[in-house]
Amino acid sequence: MSATRTGWWRWVPLTPATILLLLFLAGPIGYCVWIAFTDTQLTGASGSDFVGLDNFRRAFADDNFRNAVRLTLVFTFVSAVIGQNTLGLALAGLMRAASRPVRTLTGTLVITAWVLPEIVAAFLLYTFFRREGTLNAILDWLHLPSQNWLFTLPILAVSFANVWRGTAFSMLIYSAALSEIPREITEAAEVDGASGPRRIWYITLPMIRRSIGTNLMLNTLSTLSVFGLIWAMTRGGPGNRSQTLPVFMYDQAFLKSLIGYGTAVALLLLLVGSLFSIVYLRLMKVEV
Amino acid sequence: MRRTTRARLTANGALLLTAAAFALPLVWLLLASVNAEADLRVRVPSSVTAENYDAVLTDEITFTPMLNSLLLCGGSTLLTVVCAAFAAYPLSRHRSRFSRPYLLTILFTTCLPITAIMVPVYGLFVQVNLIDTTYGTGLFLATSQLPFAIWLMKNFMDGVPVVLEEAAWTDGATSLQTLTRVVLPLMGPGLTVVTIYTFIQLWGNFFVPFMLLLSPEQLPASVSIFTFFGNYGSVIYGQLAAFSILYSVPVLLLYILIARRLGGGFALGGAVKG
Repeated sequence: MSATRTGWWRWVPLTPATILLLLFLAGPIGYCVWIAFTDTQLTGASGSDFVGLDNFRRAFADDNFRNAVRLTLVFTFVSAVIGQNTLGLALAGLMRAASRPVRTLTGTLVITAWVLPEIVAAFLLYTFFRREGTLNAILDWLHLPSQNWLFTLPILAVSFANVWRGTAFSMLIYSAALSEIPREITEAAEVDGASGPRRIWYITLPMIRRSIGTNLMLNTLSTLSVFGLIWAMTRGGPGNRSQTLPVFMYDQAFLKSLIGYGTAVALLLLLVGSLFSIVYLRLMKVEV
Repeated sequence: MRRTTRARLTANGALLLTAAAFALPLVWLLLASVNAEADLRVRVPSSVTAENYDAVLTDEITFTPMLNSLLLCGGSTLLTVVCAAFAAYPLSRHRSRFSRPYLLTILFTTCLPITAIMVPVYGLFVQVNLIDTTYGTGLFLATSQLPFAIWLMKNFMDGVPVVLEEAAWTDGATSLQTLTRVVLPLMGPGLTVVTIYTFIQLWGNFFVPFMLLLSPEQLPASVSIFTFFGNYGSVIYGQLAAFSILYSVPVLLLYILIARRLGGGFALGGAVKG
């Protein structure tokens, strides 16, 4: 019976998963690389010709593309790096000092926002930011000027939506990380007279720096691929003022039928994602 | 002592403020769903009504899309979990020079922005006639969840001691029998987590069915709700809120099920600890 445990065919159970991954993941990625170098269009049966780097050259010369890159950077920086990451860390830290019912209440609400389906979250934040929506109602009540957020600051509105939706992940990561810091260390620092902010800066943050790194990486990666939230809230508009790269890609490939161009954009997005993934794997020093 | 009390009060205050900000859109959802005259603001309804729910509980609005979601996501989840369990077994049990690169590739794929490949996937699906088919969409959805599912599954499987399998082997069991009769039953909670987590992810997925399914009668709830509120202006917000709740409840319940069982950080065990 030892034959069942040795030899190449003990790897046979890997086959179904590998076939699926090759067909539906590696396949499209390869196809993506190919299409990005052609002038494939949805309209007309003229087929596709190899055009080399034309799509990429065109992208870098395209104001709309540059606008999408800029908005993607803003969106990622505001919602992932500052928003989800910092708010998640703050929440996790505050929860350690807060009383139990408050902790449970906040945790439940933040996690509920995370578990809700993407499109429901988009719909809720859409109503929240609309001119007739809740945010303006609160501002009116406080006698502050209200405005049509989805029109005046669309990229900020979708960024806040992404914070609302995604902070739970950071909160959970940081809660786990903070709970692993031995009490004695913070207590010792306290006895030595280190103030709150100094304790956080010199002791807490360095001790959880690995979690900070992985969290930043994962937040950035998930934010890079946000599509439904933005599409449902603003369709990338008004004009192109909330058109991040995924929305731009969709717009070019489907609404303008430029599959080749849209795919080139997708490939760039994939490359950025891959870079982040590789850094992430390095940072993790994965043991497998 | 007084300092800790003050710190506690400050922390409670800050958290309650954040909680309120997170709660507002959710409160709107709950109140609007029972308000016959719901608009876009948080407002306590003058009278609570089930009108909105009655109006959306029809075949066209609720039952067909929810059934589509169930078939699409249930089928994909099943496929993901079965494939992931098989794949995780040799990866967890055997060492070879190719298991490490395989796992690293899997982990690498986990992080890729899947959104980016939807355009080529659409192109491929058109060419091989899988476009607008539930099973084609299901196959892609299943694959998109596979890397993370394999990774989670492998980590859970590592927790099952090999000794028990060796006993089964001595009794003459094959690898398949050992996997299904010994290993999988022993990792029940892990298997539940992978299954429910996959299902939650798929249930909420919007972009994939939005791209790959075209016929209205095949659309899952994530896309049908979008077409419902996509036509801004003519929307009855109360009904949309009611439908949103009906669509969200299954995943919220499932989440509670696994969160209770394994603590809040369940999903992170695989992704973050390595």
